[in-house]
Amino acid sequence: MSNVQNVIIGSVRTVIGWVPAQWLPGGTPDPLIERRAAIGRQASRLDGPLKVDGAARFAAEVAMAHLSYAALVHSPITRGRITRLDTAAAEQAPGVILVMTHKNMPRLGTVPLIGVTDLTAVGNSALPILQDGEIRYNGQVVALVLAETQQQADHAAALIDLDYAAAPAKTRFEDGKADARTPASILIDKNHLSVGNAARELAEAPHSVDQVYRTPGQNHNAIELHAVTVAWQGDALLVHDTTQMVAPSANALAKLFGLKKEQVRVVSPFVGGGFGGKGLWDHQIVAIAAAKLAGRPVRLMLSREGVYRIIGGRTPTEQRVALGADADGAFTALIHTGHSVMPPYGACPEQYTSASRGLYGAKSFEIVQRHIDLDIVPNTFMRAPGEAIGTFALESAVDELAHAMGMDPIALRLRNLPDKHPVTGTAFSQHALEQAFADGARRFGWEQRRAEPGAVREGEWQIGLGCATGSFPYARMPGAAARITLHQNGTAHIACSAQEMGMGTATVQAQHAADRLGLPLEAIAFELGDSALPAAPMAGGSSQTVSVAGAIMAAAEKLTGELLRLAGNDSPVAGLRAGEVMLDRAGIASIADPARHESYASILARAARAQVSVTASGTAPLEMLKFAMHSTSAIFCALRVSAVTGEIRVDRLLGSFDCGTILNPQTAASQFRGGMIMGLGLALTEETLFDARSGRIMNPSLADYHIPTHLDVPEIEVMWTGIPDPRSPLGARGIGEIGITGVAAAVANAVFNATGRRIRDLPITLDKLL
Amino acid sequence: MMPLSYARASCADEAARLTGADGHRLLGGGTNLVDLMRKGVERPSRLVDVTRLPDGIEPAPDGGLWIGAAARNSAVAAHPLVRTRYPMLSRAILSGASAQVRNMATVAGNLMQRTRCVYFNDVAGSRCNKRAPGSGCDAIGGFNRYHAVLGASDACVATHPSDMCVALAALDAQIHIAGAGGARVVPIADFHRLPGDRPEIETVLDPGEVITAITLPPAPFGARGAYRKVRDRASFAFALVSFAAGVSLREGRIAAVRLAFGGIAPKPWRAVRAEDRLRGAQPAPAAFAAALAAEFADAVPLPGNGFKIELAQRTAREVLSTLCGSER
Repeated sequence: MSNVQNVIIGSVRTVIGWVPAQWLPGGTPDPLIERRAAIGRQASRLDGPLKVDGAARFAAEVAMAHLSYAALVHSPITRGRITRLDTAAAEQAPGVILVMTHKNMPRLGTVPLIGVTDLTAVGNSALPILQDGEIRYNGQVVALVLAETQQQADHAAALIDLDYAAAPAKTRFEDGKADARTPASILIDKNHLSVGNAARELAEAPHSVDQVYRTPGQNHNAIELHAVTVAWQGDALLVHDTTQMVAPSANALAKLFGLKKEQVRVVSPFVGGGFGGKGLWDHQIVAIAAAKLAGRPVRLMLSREGVYRIIGGRTPTEQRVALGADADGAFTALIHTGHSVMPPYGACPEQYTSASRGLYGAKSFEIVQRHIDLDIVPNTFMRAPGEAIGTFALESAVDELAHAMGMDPIALRLRNLPDKHPVTGTAFSQHALEQAFADGARRFGWEQRRAEPGAVREGEWQIGLGCATGSFPYARMPGAAARITLHQNGTAHIACSAQEMGMGTATVQAQHAADRLGLPLEAIAFELGDSALPAAPMAGGSSQTVSVAGAIMAAAEKLTGELLRLAGNDSPVAGLRAGEVMLDRAGIASIADPARHESYASILARAARAQVSVTASGTAPLEMLKFAMHSTSAIFCALRVSAVTGEIRVDRLLGSFDCGTILNPQTAASQFRGGMIMGLGLALTEETLFDARSGRIMNPSLADYHIPTHLDVPEIEVMWTGIPDPRSPLGARGIGEIGITGVAAAVANAVFNATGRRIRDLPITLDKLL
Repeated sequence: MMPLSYARASCADEAARLTGADGHRLLGGGTNLVDLMRKGVERPSRLVDVTRLPDGIEPAPDGGLWIGAAARNSAVAAHPLVRTRYPMLSRAILSGASAQVRNMATVAGNLMQRTRCVYFNDVAGSRCNKRAPGSGCDAIGGFNRYHAVLGASDACVATHPSDMCVALAALDAQIHIAGAGGARVVPIADFHRLPGDRPEIETVLDPGEVITAITLPPAPFGARGAYRKVRDRASFAFALVSFAAGVSLREGRIAAVRLAFGGIAPKPWRAVRAEDRLRGAQPAPAAFAAALAAEFADAVPLPGNGFKIELAQRTAREVLSTLCGSER
């Protein structure tokens, strides 16, 4: 997040630019792109039955002897200090084991913030945790009570007598704009991007739009609440958590509590939804500290309100997008600037200009993000941070320009599709947005759209169609490792600390391993969610599938060498080198002459080995720097707006995706649909009510924070080009986040088509349409 | 621990005998009260379970309907006599909450439910005159999208959240009450109070009194009734505006009319002014508009809810036009 980082990443990009592609990862396409059996097939989630029959154990369900239960007390003020703290009544309440406040909390440092330079850094907040009597945001944890039952803990928590001296707090977005900061970089991008003279181009353009778009704060609402069950076993620490970052959390906790890496084990085989919110926050740390003080295992599950109080959500934004175009619609200026909230102790910059930096070509660019400092629980990543709300602004503006020019909005987009990255000039690894639009438009019936707004009406209902582009970058994380253990009986066990948050990680990687090893799917067992296993990076940035795939790929290569060594000279494959063989039909075969084949069982039997086991790490993800690697989508929406009440009813939603190889149509369709439903919430209903007078969130419940209900969700069609990316493992790119992108703009554009009303302020509630 | 006793009453008289002191609460389906207890908004010392009180739904000799206080909302909504004689009541109930909640909730409990104002619900961090009399109101000047434009006071701007009660108001329901002082019947229009400077007192039900039944007089407009609810999402959201209407026409003029709004006032809002103007009038858009404008002439918008004044009138005009059109 600094100028140093800009220089480092800039230098690496430059050097990688000189290196021939074939020397880099992805230089030779993954052979499995062409040769696949289990991959690409519909396969039900392997963990499905466990979840349906209740056998899957989540973090708050793990049984443990002598367990104690924790309840938290949150500050109702935003800034100030504690002036009275009387815990006597709580300590004497029935069943109470411990009352922990800043007075007896062990002295700890802070968790290193999530960053791009240290992948074991996973902190969301650099604020001290229960270390002093200062209050720094509304909802901050000020005490923890441990008791024999949850009810006793909850009751005793209410008996703690606290008073505060409030101090002025920074809570108003508008006020913060005056001294907003301009960070040097946003994730791995240099923040300020300036190409040509965009202001002049805009002023001189024959066609232009220049508007401000606003998006509200939002909160993740995973079904499973944040929870930990923790136990100290001597000097070793066991943490059953629900987390998107198993191995990195273990590393961070080891550092924080002064332990060796091997002394901390984080276990999280199932996560009931993450969306970016299931990271390392204060609750794990106070639970671990309390377990230490009490000498008892501790369970802490946040209430829904507790999640809103101490887990950050998505920042509100105010974004200016201006587009200039020549007479043919070619963009001459693309300006995307704005403000979001990121307190200096936070880690997540919400890269809402990300899509604008590479989706369309333009003669000039002016892009920069500014950060407002507020006294809040730091905002964090929430599904497609950046693109989800950035595409609302950009793709609304494109629609506005198309309307102003009398051009079809798809035609305007296609007119501006670049053939290489418009800013860096690097080649796309694969890019078929044009096909995604063509396929989607045909299936959706885009030709039925009337360009003139408000032209179609059924009774009181005004009908509209809209579309937008969705976008999400490819990412593969460095440092992913996996272990393959091949058994003589022809089965394989794959182990990796990867995260299963309901998206089908184990299922898809088992499919992958089956093809990689030439085994049937039933022969593969995939173990994940445990930091004692070879370390996977966090599940974030839609990167997990390819990151883990890269590790399995590397392990399979190592396994091949090991098997050739074990096969020795009495094998049909004797004399072949690693590059000349493939893993196929439960054994090793010559690529040139597949009849030269020996089964794993035969090799291991002759070598008198019950099994062979290898661990390897994936290559450094240099393909990301050599190529422009992006997934894109075309989102279509049909809806009705009541001319009487302004109510919006979405009738149809279609997503046409260009995301590389689709590994499992069933789990992929669920990911896409889930993302699109979340996009509907973003467009129409979701808003964190942050009372700027107090700095307090006022709707911390599923009753008052409106996510879409079943009745709000229409038929959703998903389709994909399925064109493999020749530069990525399996030809795949991540699909967990792209579904949400573009949806809000498609909805807003459809509302405009229905009514002639342009809503630039999410969510699009009915009062804005009266 | 917070001492809390629980008793189950087998009849209304027993329920009345068991309650009456501060901190006593009658427990129906618990869909609102138990939530409020979890949040610390309600801290009862005694709960008297009244779900054993009569829950029948019976035709009355006058052609009306008798509904026992403990009848579940879903049972009322599904009852053939409700669906044929008072369809707006069925629709109103079905537009509220979820199937699970309606299966638990009782009709008396629905009458007694509390506001969903987010400041009322926030014990730890917000001021609320209804929850803590005299503490102040954070909704005024805060988030008040769901708050009242009619009937509010400087002390409280909260709305009554019920859908069912809006239909009951348009149907002239009678609330039957038992208590130590004897039985009495209160028209629904008089049952809920406006906040004034005592927003914590929400109904005329005295301590020690128990609702035993609701009766509905025969509807003069028969099945010509409608209920329309406008809200932020298609399901499981409280009304921004809801509107119940029953109209009967005779010789091209409005013979009988009953109108009630939800979501705009501290109580189910019977639109008496609009009714007076419409009775005897020709059912024309201009007449609807004038009558509704009169109803909202005294409306006071807050920063977050001014749109409701227009929304309520638009919704009502549309419903009335449809109702009168369909009778021609």
